[in-house]
Amino acid sequence: MAQSKSKSLPLGKRGLNFEMLMWIFTRLSALGMYALILFAIIAALYLGARNQMNLADLMRWGFMPNVTHVRYTNVPDVAPWETPFWKLTASALLLLAVAHGVHGLVVIADDYIVSPCGRQIVRILSIIFLLFMTVIGLYVLWTSF
Amino acid sequence: MASKRQVGLREGFKYRGGAPMLVWALHRISGIGIALFVGMHIIASFSSQVFGLSLARSLNTLYESPYFQVVVFFCVLFHAINGLRITILDLWPKLLEHQREAIWVEWAVFLPIYALAVFVIISTAMGG
Repeated sequence: MAQSKSKSLPLGKRGLNFEMLMWIFTRLSALGMYALILFAIIAALYLGARNQMNLADLMRWGFMPNVTHVRYTNVPDVAPWETPFWKLTASALLLLAVAHGVHGLVVIADDYIVSPCGRQIVRILSIIFLLFMTVIGLYVLWTSF
Repeated sequence: MASKRQVGLREGFKYRGGAPMLVWALHRISGIGIALFVGMHIIASFSSQVFGLSLARSLNTLYESPYFQVVVFFCVLFHAINGLRITILDLWPKLLEHQREAIWVEWAVFLPIYALAVFVIISTAMGG
C-alpha cells in the first residue's frame, strides 16, 4: 500500500488529504477545548463561583458552560450565566467536541472494519451522527432555561 | 487488502507494546467512554427539554452514583492528559525522542489528580 511509502516523502510532497487535515484538526481541537474549558472555569470564578459553587459544579460548568449547570447551585442570579456570549462559547465547545469525538470513533472503526464497503457505511453513518448530535446539541444549548 | 493484520484478541494481548501501547489502548477505551457518556447526556437533555421525558432524570441518578463518577472521571482526565501529551509531541516532533519519559511525566500528573478525585468522590458518597 501507499501508506508505507508516504512515510519517507518530504513534507512538501505529501500534500493535504482528508486524513492529514483531520490529524491536525484532532490536535488543534484538543488545544481549543483546553482553552475554552480553562476560560469557562476562570470566568466562572470571576462571576462568583468561588463562594457559590462547589468544585463538582464548577467542573460541570467548565466542561459545558450551559446555564442548566448552574441552575441548582448557590448562585443567586443566573442572568450573567445565560448571556448569548456563554451560549456562543458553549456552541464552540460543542462543535469542537462533537467533530473531535465522531472523527475519533471513525478512526477506531477503521481499525476493525477494513473492507471498502464497510468503511463507506461507517463514513455515511458518521456524517449522519455528526449532524444529528450537532443539531440537537445546539438546540439544547440555545433553548435551555 | 495488501496488509494482513487480522489478529485475534489473544495474540493481541501477547504483543508486548509496553507503556506506549497501554496508553494507546487506554486512550481508545476512554475515548469510547466519553463518546457514550456525552452522547447519552445530549440525547437525554434534548428529550427532557423538548418532550418532557423523565429519561434525563433517571440518567441523572446514574451520573450521581460514585461508581459511575469514578469511571467517567478516569475517562475524561486520562483522555485529556494523554491527549495533551500526544498534541505536544506531534506538534514538536523533536520531542518524540523523549516519548517514554513523556509517558512517565503523564502518569506523574495523572495519578495524584485522579487519586485525589477518587478520594473526594468516595468520601462524599460515604457522607463525608
